[in-house]
Amino acid sequence: MSTGWLVARTLRDPLTTATFDVRDWQNLIAAARSLSLIGSVAERLRGLDLPENVARILDDVRGSSALIRRQALWEAECARMALAQYNGKVVLMKGTAYVAAGMQAGMGRSIGDLDIMVDHTDLDKVEAIILQAGWEWVKPDPYDDHYYRTWMHELPPLIHRSRDRMIDVHHTTLPLTARQTPDAKAMLADAVRLENGLYVMGDTDMLCHAVAHLLADGDLAGGMRNLWDVHCLVGEFVERGEAFWPELQERAALHGLSRHVARALRLAHALYGTEIDRSLAGRPRWADRLYLRRVTAVNGWGQKTRPFLRQAFYIRSHYLRMPPLMLMRHLWTKWRKKH
Amino acid sequence: MRYSCSVNVGPARFRIGSDWRAPIDQLNALYCDYPQTQNVADFTVRLEATSFWRRYVRPSVMISGDFMLPDAAPVALQHGLLAAEMGMNLQMALGWRRHLLLHASAVSRNGKTLIMTGHSGSGKSTLSAMLGERGWRFMGDEFVLIDPDRGMTQPFPRLVSLKNQAIDAMQRDVVDQLRFGPLLKSTPKGDIRHFRPQKSAIEQMDRPSEPALLLYPRFGYDRAIRPVGKDESFVRLTQASTNYVALGEKGFSSLTRLVNHLPTMALDYQNGAEAVEMVERLWAEYVA
Repeated sequence: MSTGWLVARTLRDPLTTATFDVRDWQNLIAAARSLSLIGSVAERLRGLDLPENVARILDDVRGSSALIRRQALWEAECARMALAQYNGKVVLMKGTAYVAAGMQAGMGRSIGDLDIMVDHTDLDKVEAIILQAGWEWVKPDPYDDHYYRTWMHELPPLIHRSRDRMIDVHHTTLPLTARQTPDAKAMLADAVRLENGLYVMGDTDMLCHAVAHLLADGDLAGGMRNLWDVHCLVGEFVERGEAFWPELQERAALHGLSRHVARALRLAHALYGTEIDRSLAGRPRWADRLYLRRVTAVNGWGQKTRPFLRQAFYIRSHYLRMPPLMLMRHLWTKWRKKH
Repeated sequence: MRYSCSVNVGPARFRIGSDWRAPIDQLNALYCDYPQTQNVADFTVRLEATSFWRRYVRPSVMISGDFMLPDAAPVALQHGLLAAEMGMNLQMALGWRRHLLLHASAVSRNGKTLIMTGHSGSGKSTLSAMLGERGWRFMGDEFVLIDPDRGMTQPFPRLVSLKNQAIDAMQRDVVDQLRFGPLLKSTPKGDIRHFRPQKSAIEQMDRPSEPALLLYPRFGYDRAIRPVGKDESFVRLTQASTNYVALGEKGFSSLTRLVNHLPTMALDYQNGAEAVEMVERLWAEYVA
């Protein structure tokens, strides 16, 4: 069993740690840290009878999760105050959304930047307000700036002058060059208002976004963490009622993400035993195994393993993002800048 | 990883893995007096080749582990011991939460602690090593750990990293050459030689002591002593702490308690002997 699977099994069934020796604990902790899942592991093992030093380490992890949570909420609050004069919806995304909405997926989750989504037509307005409120450009390079504005699903990243925290302002969930075009208007229209006036996506949109982020964008570097998000979201939404599965099916089709949702459900089920709707998830595919090998590629020292497979997924991520000719032009420009 | 060892320093346990044998052998030799436990390590440190062929050709060490700096520069393999020490310090600075961490040195006598902090080059590290050879208990030259509940200082007596002129000064002081590591010439931090504290300091590394005096030494200035106000001291200590923000309210209460209760002085000096004499005098006046 690879150490990635050891982390997955611990999240899935914390009681399996009862037979762990020092080496297993050591491997689990290092790999979970490397996969950004240590906070989730600490939450899952809360209250269990653990070896003394493991208990101390995980207490520290919970302490830093509490800090991460507080900082993420504070960052969201700062954005809310800055955008008080803007009367469109400001939708929190990913980790900050899970935490702000009090969801299981937010418990112990690592959160870096603040991700928000606003209406595409208001982008200039929002940008001006954000700049006024103390955020600054991170990438002053004109090509990068142009690239973001023309092809990406978000503004170039901004960082706050005094708090040193990044904000990503999205107008949709996937780069415009990707093959799928999720319906951002529908996502905004159905966003759910929180008490403080900020929004989070509706249940099925939230799941579709987590899936798009995992499978239609990027090289699956954070795959196990993102699949844990999927696992937690599905678990929570299923509890809310039977209507979830048909709604998910409809919504995934609207965003052009049916295939991706199906695969994400299969992968989450394989790793974490997620309760899934078989008709929606479809039959296991041969390639699922490659995905699982990719996301669990970590050893007990926290090192990333399977370099060739990782490289293959990295190349795939570029292929997904843009057509070949455009990719070549992009790489050529980047290369020239370096030399 | 191909080679590995574990090291306990004060309350923390480190597991160090390496692509090469040499740094692990050096660590084992220098940490031979330190007790070993079979516990799960608090932190993992990795000394990795920057690429596969760099393991063999002009080998260069990348420092990584549980906590990493995004653009840390690699170190030449002959400075591998330094890389290991930097890796351990990095884990403490970014990951340790059980104490308030001050970038400072400390020694103690009769259960009372002298804390010394200042910018690098202030001489705090050398001074603590010198006092450690003159009847004081050495508690650490890099981090001072303050228990957030009781306010006690917890020893963290890792290897002293002697720099430049301090190397010769200590070699004149100490007879036992086995306590010195290899001389690491022209590292990014200058010449460095690691030095193992006295056995008694290591044996007592679980025993906390009470803070009693706080000094801000400054090497290379004319002899002078100046009291430091609470406001100045508070600001300087927040800058000297690596986890003050991460600890939140606990960090604030620990720090204010220190600032409110400790006699605090800035101390300028021209050489080590002079500093030792000044420290003894202040200690006699304010503590003993």
